Amino acid sequence: MAVTDSLSRAATVLATVLLLSFGSVAASHIEDQAEQFFRSGHTNNWAVLVCTSRFWFNYRHVANTLSVYRSVKRLGIPDSHIVLMLADDMACNPRNPKPATVFSHKNMELNVYGDDVEVDYRSYEVTVENFLRVLTGRIPPSTPRSKRLLSDDRSNILIYMTGHGGNGFLKFQDSEEITNIELADAFEQMWQKRRYNELLFIIDTCQGASMYERFYSPNIMALASSQVGEDSLSHQPDPAIGVHLMDRYTFYVLEFLEEINPASQTNMNDLVCPKSLCVSTPGHRTDLFQRDPKNVLITDFFGSVRKVEITTETIKLQQDSEIMESSYKEDQMDEKLMEPLKYAEQLPVAQIIHQKPKLKDWHPPGGFILGLWALIIMVFFKTYGIKHMKFIF
Amino acid sequence: MGLLSDPVRRRALARLVLRLNAPLCVLSYVAGIAWFLALVFPPLTQRTYMSENAMGSTMVEEQFAGGDRARAFARDFAAHRKKSGALPVAWLERTMRSVGLEVYTQSFSRKLPFPDETHERYMVSGTNVYGILRAPRAASTESLVLTVPCGSDSTNSQAVGLLLALAAHFRGQIYWAKDIVFLVTEHDLLGTEAWLEAYHDVNVTGMQSSPLQGRAGAIQAAVALELSSDVVTSLDVAVEGLNGQLPNLDLLNLFQTFCQKGGLLCTLQGKPEDWTSLDGPLQGLQTLLLMVLRQASGRPHGSHGLFLRYRVEALTLRGINSFRQYKYDLVAVGKALEGMFRKLNHLLERLHQSFFLYLLPGLSRFVSIGLYMPAVGFLLLVLGLKALELWMQLHEAGMGLEEPGGAPGPSVPLPPSQGVGLASLVAPLLISQAMGLALYVLPVLGQHVATQHFPVAEAEAVVLTLLAIYAAGLALPHNTHRVVSTQAPDRGWMALKLVALIYLALQLGCIALTNFSLGFLLATTMVPTAALAKPHGPRTLYAALLVLTSPAATLLGSLFLWRELQEAPLSLAEGWQLFLAALAQGVLEHHTYGALLFPLLSLGLYPCWLLFWNVLFWK
Repeated sequence: MAVTDSLSRAATVLATVLLLSFGSVAASHIEDQAEQFFRSGHTNNWAVLVCTSRFWFNYRHVANTLSVYRSVKRLGIPDSHIVLMLADDMACNPRNPKPATVFSHKNMELNVYGDDVEVDYRSYEVTVENFLRVLTGRIPPSTPRSKRLLSDDRSNILIYMTGHGGNGFLKFQDSEEITNIELADAFEQMWQKRRYNELLFIIDTCQGASMYERFYSPNIMALASSQVGEDSLSHQPDPAIGVHLMDRYTFYVLEFLEEINPASQTNMNDLVCPKSLCVSTPGHRTDLFQRDPKNVLITDFFGSVRKVEITTETIKLQQDSEIMESSYKEDQMDEKLMEPLKYAEQLPVAQIIHQKPKLKDWHPPGGFILGLWALIIMVFFKTYGIKHMKFIF
Repeated sequence: MGLLSDPVRRRALARLVLRLNAPLCVLSYVAGIAWFLALVFPPLTQRTYMSENAMGSTMVEEQFAGGDRARAFARDFAAHRKKSGALPVAWLERTMRSVGLEVYTQSFSRKLPFPDETHERYMVSGTNVYGILRAPRAASTESLVLTVPCGSDSTNSQAVGLLLALAAHFRGQIYWAKDIVFLVTEHDLLGTEAWLEAYHDVNVTGMQSSPLQGRAGAIQAAVALELSSDVVTSLDVAVEGLNGQLPNLDLLNLFQTFCQKGGLLCTLQGKPEDWTSLDGPLQGLQTLLLMVLRQASGRPHGSHGLFLRYRVEALTLRGINSFRQYKYDLVAVGKALEGMFRKLNHLLERLHQSFFLYLLPGLSRFVSIGLYMPAVGFLLLVLGLKALELWMQLHEAGMGLEEPGGAPGPSVPLPPSQGVGLASLVAPLLISQAMGLALYVLPVLGQHVATQHFPVAEAEAVVLTLLAIYAAGLALPHNTHRVVSTQAPDRGWMALKLVALIYLALQLGCIALTNFSLGFLLATTMVPTAALAKPHGPRTLYAALLVLTSPAATLLGSLFLWRELQEAPLSLAEGWQLFLAALAQGVLEHHTYGALLFPLLSLGLYPCWLLFWNVLFWK
């Protein structure tokens, strides 16, 4: 009897010990999850997707944008939080052999136009002015709600742009351009008006890296499909439709995104397109971003993941200053950058994004200067006579 | 004192120019010819490339498989045509309607200036038949044209068959953004001209054509097709059009890329391209010379030449069936055409990105205008230098006359003597122009008189009158001096030659700007003898040279050169016959299509040449 008693007591003790340990493990697990809640500081997600080209031969830009739109919707961002700017002249173009569709893969697997595309800025409304007004919020009061970017200081915004670009500019619909300085200033306005928590800027154009060179506002991460001086290449030539269906960078980004679901923990460091596939060298800029990219989840920008966990335990939340400091130390950033900056020229951008400073080529003196000197010499010899030339030669 | 107003310095400068003039002229002439010959070599000639972004690459899937249908249509067409003798309009209408096009006809008639070999009567009338394939989802604002010219001599029935089969295939596609007009014309180019004039609502050549009932929008591009056999060994492309106009180079690039994609053998001027062999540049030179000769003649070498006047880019594709082993059937040709039309469908604007003025040493090489113009510039520089030399000689002679006598005051010595010179110049000028006018007007006007008095046909009468007036001009100088009395004989001819040189330079310059080949060809032959012509020296030699380089002799020579380059050389008798035929065609084409070679030569260059003849025989 005593043996069984002691055995049962031992069993209960063991059970309680195990329960307590499990409890503590569970408690710490809950605390870990709670900690994860505060990994990022955003509460809502927005997306601004812009295709700046029109005309049939720019089919691939519309397909790019619509593919990103589709992925972003699939991962949870609703139409009310997406501002989609498209020329929208592909699906119903008389040249389209498959009317009312836009394909992104040449086996015609995926009609990205679908049934539920909501284009907010269509056709000739895609202008630089409208784009900047959307970003900065300076919109006439009559603008419908679907055309506004109603973000606040806890919004993570994904801005995706595609089209034809060059060194320092992006062409809007064959008639105007937006420069990288304008874009940087627009983002600074957004920061000062507290219109974003963090911004992910993706651009898929030729020489795309030039567009993020001038950013100077905090919390911006930028990705581009090619460096300055490089062209971004198109992909998926489709003889049945007669045009290229997608660009390489977006195609591989999309292949990557197709494997993401709202619960995945993949981070931004995995979003990389190797040169063998993309042919151009994709670039990125993370110096303005306060978190380490490896701590940034893809779904922080591409999806709208509600941070809701149901638990029956109480959790003690402590401000763990060690974690905060260590994350700062890991970043190894210059503290000066945290101060609000006023002008775009302050940053040593070339060093930040590891570019070699360009050697200025020597040009021979211009026509005006040459002409001026020729005039002076002619007048001299006319007044003093041509025979004086022999004293020179 | 300035360089030009100081008499001492001016005389020094004048002596310098006069001393160096002859070597400079020779150098400039040689430089011009050498520059032209150097056009086939790499820095001056470039590979062609597609400039229009909207047309992109050859990324289309050609699905045309109607080879049998095309052959069946062709056989039917040939049979009906043989039965009726003219274009079987009713059958064409029926067939086009069955294929699904909107069909319209247009009748036209034209009174020729004189009946030529092909038509053998004054009045030519016919009917054009055309079907319009409307774009399913677009407004009919733009169109493309596929045309087959059917004359009485050329058969072209396979082309009609292919046109109908292509129309049937195109009708089943939904991706057309432009209307497509399928045009079959009667009497070859006369019908095409009638249709174009009625389409654009103009009347340029005096054709009477009934107005068109069906229209399709602004024509963006046109392709003319000539096929006379079921299988072809190569496709020859013709680009030179009326008065030397050329289509936009992008259209040729488009054709060339589809040739490469389909593996078709495509030739330019009948020669396939071969730049890898050792005499690649030599072949390039042959092709270049052939293009220069064809462009200089100003004839529309196919229906496309008439489209170019309305700034519609157009090409003619000719199927050639020669002795090669590998043959292509109608499906291959049809696929190339389908690809071309599908790519042209993508256009948003008229073709304007690529060159409008170019020379082609080969199908994939071109020379742009900025690089070939210096050749004619060097040649015209010779005329300028000679004119400068004469001007200085005239001034020196004038000053030399006055100086020993002591100039009475600061009055300019030249105008009184120059005034006499000018008066003596007017007469030769007027007489030469009158001869030119006679050469232009009399042959056609006087054909009836000629046929009454001589046993010749009208066409022959026109040509022989032409030659007679031309030769009569040679007799002029021996009679001019009876009308004009000269006081200062030496300076008279110098002044006349000065005026003639400037006149020639102006004319050749203007011609070279619009039709470089014609300007260059005439400059090559006329410039040296014009520079050399003077009454002193070996007169018979100069006379022979001048006759050999007169415009008519240039025409004769270029005919021989042309046949030589095509590897079908002519004997003298054949050459002469061809020359007479070319003269008749030149006059006829001027009246029917507005070709400018005949008026340019008769009203412009022949009087100029007569002035030099006058200078040579100055007494």
